[in-house]
Amino acid sequence: MSAAHEAHDLHHDTGHGIDAPHVSLREYATGFIASVVLTAIPFWLVMTGALGDKTLTALTIALFAVAQVIVHMIFFLHMNAKAEGGWNLLALIFTIIVIVIALTGSLWVMYHLNHNMMPQMTAHQADALP
Amino acid sequence: MSTPQQPLPASLSGATLTAGYYDLNEHDHPEGGSTLLGFWIYLMSDCLIFAMLFAAFGVLGGNFAAGPGPKDLFDLPLVALNTAMLLFSSMTYGFAMLAMQRGTKGPVIGWLIATALFGAAFLSIELYEFSHLIAEGATPQRSAFLSAFFTLVGTHGLHVTFGLVWLAVLLVQIGQRGLCDANRRRILCLSMFWHFLDVIWIGVFTFVYLMGMVR
Repeated sequence: MSAAHEAHDLHHDTGHGIDAPHVSLREYATGFIASVVLTAIPFWLVMTGALGDKTLTALTIALFAVAQVIVHMIFFLHMNAKAEGGWNLLALIFTIIVIVIALTGSLWVMYHLNHNMMPQMTAHQADALP
Repeated sequence: MSTPQQPLPASLSGATLTAGYYDLNEHDHPEGGSTLLGFWIYLMSDCLIFAMLFAAFGVLGGNFAAGPGPKDLFDLPLVALNTAMLLFSSMTYGFAMLAMQRGTKGPVIGWLIATALFGAAFLSIELYEFSHLIAEGATPQRSAFLSAFFTLVGTHGLHVTFGLVWLAVLLVQIGQRGLCDANRRRILCLSMFWHFLDVIWIGVFTFVYLMGMVR
């Protein structure tokens, strides 16, 4: 073992008792470039209306957002299955489950509430009138 | 009344059973050893707060009360600039982490100051946007859409503000004590907080600003 390597090991033994994630420039650079691309495309799509269809545009930018969140999680927050013995990932998965239930539940229930309690008739109903 | 007791097998004596339930030979925990996990769990709870605010915005985001809507109010180039500021600050924080890993105090302080400047730029642009909206009469009281908008984006802005306060305090601490264990731990926690705010901002610019302009 080289002297430099030994010194490095020594530093790790006597140094911080925190198991800090090892970070690298390559990791941050990858995350940054991916984020720039994943941010620029949705902005471009919305500003130019390149896709035309509104639903398709909304769906596409939502997918870009999910992709960028994953990029941030991996390259900036250094998430992996091994960090903190997997407890980090477990807490994240639990949070995602709660969020999905709360978000879809709220939107679903409130959409139907609006739909059923709407005082005005819908355009569809108006068309059906004689 | 007595319940008939099953005789325990010899291999499961009382001592082994107790040891199974209570860790008698607990290994020692280094100081701050669980701080990072604890901080992560705090961030997850913060995530729930934002999820609820996103849900509120999702439900109320279309209720304009005959007031101005996203297309009348939002300025996408400004939002893009804001997004860039936050992304740059994430990158500069990454450089601070790399400098910390090398153990060089000066660059850590330099990059953290750069992060603070980008964060302050983000906050200034956001406050400019808010003041602009309020001057146009698009106040939080105007419609349910604007109430939900100001609550969601304002809570994010408040988080960035407290992140800046923390950053300032941390700079003083590093200046006084250098890169000691406790300060390294603080830098790691703040890095999680700061990147987490960037993650929330992805949701904000996509679902509030971009979706608002599409619908």
